[in-house]
Amino acid sequence: MRTDELVSLLATGTEAVDTRLPMRRYLIAVLAGTAIATLLTSGWLGLRPTLARDLSVPMFWAKEAFCAALGAAGLVAVARLARPGFRLGWVRAAVAAPVVAMWLLAAAALLAADPQNRSELILGQTAAVCPFRIALISTPLFVAMFAAMRGLAPTRLRLAGAAGGFAAGSVGALAYSLHCPELAAPFLAIWYVLGMLIPTAVGAWAGPHLLRW
Amino acid sequence: MGEERLRCLLLGGLAGDSSAYHAFLKELSAHLRAFLRKRLASLPDEVEDLVQELLLAVHNQRHTYDPGQPITAWVYAMARYKLVDLLRRRSRKELLNDPLDEEDDDLLMSSDSEAAEARRDLAKLLAGLPHRQRAPIIHMKIEGLSVAETARLTGMSPSAVKVGVHRGLKALAAKIRNES
Repeated sequence: MRTDELVSLLATGTEAVDTRLPMRRYLIAVLAGTAIATLLTSGWLGLRPTLARDLSVPMFWAKEAFCAALGAAGLVAVARLARPGFRLGWVRAAVAAPVVAMWLLAAAALLAADPQNRSELILGQTAAVCPFRIALISTPLFVAMFAAMRGLAPTRLRLAGAAGGFAAGSVGALAYSLHCPELAAPFLAIWYVLGMLIPTAVGAWAGPHLLRW
Repeated sequence: MGEERLRCLLLGGLAGDSSAYHAFLKELSAHLRAFLRKRLASLPDEVEDLVQELLLAVHNQRHTYDPGQPITAWVYAMARYKLVDLLRRRSRKELLNDPLDEEDDDLLMSSDSEAAEARRDLAKLLAGLPHRQRAPIIHMKIEGLSVAETARLTGMSPSAVKVGVHRGLKALAAKIRNES
């Protein structure tokens, strides 16, 4: 087939295309993944009993804001990397800033604490399970991210896969925070970040395999 | 200049104007050819195949174009992706005589309308598609029949005809991707 024949073939009988449809589908995937992750948290682990009382604790809101800000940055990163020709730009800073802020908060908390209390601030009660639970709860979001990206055309597959995993991990951490009893900044700065990095690493590995087009 | 004109043609095409879309693809193929001839100077036989693969990719991914986005950035990212993919398949990256960077390149600066023969025969690949994809493509896209006429001829429903064209062109791109 000559190239002008192909051009004619592609152009003949072409129909209008809705360029807003991909973003609408992406939003639906995000909402569905978030809903399932939340149900998974409440059904499997249960919401924490002190949730109502926590609403007046500033550190509870710092934790929610931390996860939400990272989740939002991750979702924007996916939306950009899923289409050809978009750059990450300021999104890199938006991913780094909450992490740096939480690390600074953690350093301040550790410096202010008595030396014998420091390991308690770092390990809390649930350090051994926290990252794996976050990774597990983010699974439905991970599937949603990859399904959405497969319907588009990412051109940097490893980076797009990592962004998908990171978005899933940080929104998953937000869902998990409805169960998690930990509120110490050093705990969040380590184990939450680690929990987000597990799906990020899986995504970076899976991207080149699953996102090719 | 090329940017604005191509953008208008593509937006027309996305709105359903097939003659604007035809002009868009025709101009784009000349730009892609010049771009790839320069990048694939040591693999001249690959150029026309890759032009065709890219046209098919641009068509299949046209829903990912953001109307506010520079067309150069959108096309360049796809061209770069397919070019790197080709070179990886051949593991002959060292043959690339002009480095590809992340920056948008001079994609629209040059144009080459002299098509060489493609080695890959898309018509042959098309023949390998299942009937429910091949028949709608042949009737609608080659013979130029409408959806309703194609539906009547094939006994398929109008929505099955549209799905068949859509999936068939995607399957064609997948066959190209997996053949080497």
